Amino acid sequence: MNDNDVLISVSNLSKHYNKGAIKALDNISTEIRRGEVVVIIGPSGSGKSTFLRSLNLLERPTEGVITFEGVDITSPKTDINVLRMKMGMVFQHFNLFPHLSIMDNMTLAPVKLLKMSKSDAKAKAQALLEKVALGDRGNSYPSQLSGGQKQRVAIVRALCMSPDVLLFDEPTSALDPEMVGEVLDVMKDLAKDGMTMVVVTHEMGFAREVGTRVIFMDEGRIVEEGTPDEIFTDPSNERLKAFLAKVL
Amino acid sequence: MICYSIFQTVMLKLPSWAQDLKDTFYLNFIMKKRYLYLVNGLLTTLKITLFAVLLGIALGIIAAIIRSTYDKTANEMRMGFGKTVLSILNAIVKVYLTVIRGTPVVVQLMITYYIIFATSKNSVLVAVLAFGFNSGAYVAEIIRSGIMSIDNGQFEAGRSLGFNYIQTMVYIIIPQAFKNVLPALANEFIVLIKETSVSGYVGIMDLTRGGDVIRSRTYTAFMPLIAVALIYLVIVIFFSRLVSVLERRLRNSER
Repeated sequence: MNDNDVLISVSNLSKHYNKGAIKALDNISTEIRRGEVVVIIGPSGSGKSTFLRSLNLLERPTEGVITFEGVDITSPKTDINVLRMKMGMVFQHFNLFPHLSIMDNMTLAPVKLLKMSKSDAKAKAQALLEKVALGDRGNSYPSQLSGGQKQRVAIVRALCMSPDVLLFDEPTSALDPEMVGEVLDVMKDLAKDGMTMVVVTHEMGFAREVGTRVIFMDEGRIVEEGTPDEIFTDPSNERLKAFLAKVL
Repeated sequence: MICYSIFQTVMLKLPSWAQDLKDTFYLNFIMKKRYLYLVNGLLTTLKITLFAVLLGIALGIIAAIIRSTYDKTANEMRMGFGKTVLSILNAIVKVYLTVIRGTPVVVQLMITYYIIFATSKNSVLVAVLAFGFNSGAYVAEIIRSGIMSIDNGQFEAGRSLGFNYIQTMVYIIIPQAFKNVLPALANEFIVLIKETSVSGYVGIMDLTRGGDVIRSRTYTAFMPLIAVALIYLVIVIFFSRLVSVLERRLRNSER
C-alpha cells in the first residue's frame, strides 16, 4: 500500500482534562486506509469513544495532528464543516431529529449543504431506505420506529452525504439484543461494498468477522493493534488477554 | 313568541335591585355610547400586545442564541475576532437582561415615552417598543432554557453532518426548543396582555384606561371595572385554549 491510500492519519494525539491531570488520550498515532474496517475495542473509560470523536473534531484534542485526505483538520485555518460532510458519524443513541420525518432527516443535510435538489435527495434517500428494508417508512417520525430501525435510519442518513468514511460510536450498545443483528448486518453490507469504517464496539463477533484491523485501547493508549486473527486467536499482551477473557 | 312574553313579564316585574342594575348598566355603557371606550380600548390593548409579542420573540431568540452560543462554545474557542465579538455581544445581552428584569415595566414605559422618544407623538408605537423590549428579556430566558433542554446529541448529530453552529441551531435545535417552551411562551403572552394595562400612564387609551374613564364620568366604579376585568379574563381564557390546541397539533406531528 502506498501513502495515497491513507485516508486519516493521526499522530501524537492527546486529550487532557483538568490541565493534564486526566489523560483521556495519551499520545496516539495510527493510520486509517481507504477501504479498511478498523474496529476499536477496549474496556470502558479506555478512551475509545474520545478517540473516535476526535477524528471529526467533536472532541478537540489537546495536542497532536490529525490529517484527513491530506488536510490538517486540527489547524485553525481548516473549515471543519466541509470535512465533516465527508465523514459520516453514527451515534450510540441514534440522534435522529425527532421533529422531522425519516425522509426529512435524511434529505436535510444534502439539500442544505450539498445543494442537491429536493427531488434528487429524496430519490437517493428512498433508494438507501430500501436498501435497509425501510422503504415504506419515509413518512414516519423517529418516535414511531424501534431502536434497530432508528439506527438503520441513522446509518443511511450519514450515507446520504456520500461520505468517504463512516465513524460508528458504539452503534449497537443502546439496542435490545434482538435488534443488534439487523444493525450489524447493515454494517457488514457496507463493509462488503468497500466503505471505510471506524467502529467502536463491544461486539467481538463483528470485530472478528468484519474487521480488517483491530485496535485494543486501554487507559488512553493503543495497547495492541493487528488483524482480528492476531488479536483474538493469539493475543500476546497481558491486558488484552485479561480483557478478552472477560468478554469472550 | 312564548319566550318573548316570558321576557316581558320578567322585565315588567323587575325587583328594585335589578332595576338599579339595569340603570347603572345603561348609564355606564349605553349612554353617550360609553361602551366605545371599552371596545376601542380593547383594540388598542390587543394591538400593543400583538406587536410587542412579535418584537419580544424576535429579540428573545437573538438574545437566547447569543447567550447559549457563548455558554456552549466560549471555552473551546480560540482567541481572535470571533471570540471578541461574541464576548461583547454576550456582555450587551447580559446587561439588557439585568436592566429589563430588574426594573418595573411601568418605569421602563415612562422612560421610553418621556425620555427616549420624548418627541414622538405615536404613543402606541412607543408602548409597543417598551413592552416588546421588556418581553424580549423574559422570552430570551425562556428560549435559552429550551435550547439547553435539547439533548447535546442532537447538536452533535447536526455538526457531524457538516452543519455549522448557526445552521444546526436554525434547522435542528430551535424548532425542537420552540416546541418545548411553547407553554411558557404562551404564558408570557398572557402576562403581557395584562401588563399592558399600565399603558394609561403615558396617556394611551387602552382597555383599563377606557374603563377608568367611564368610572370618572359616571362616578360608579363597580360596573366599568368589573367589565374590564371580565374582558381580560375572557381574552386570556380564549388564548389559553388556542395555545393548548396548537400544542396538541405540534405533538401529533411527532407521535
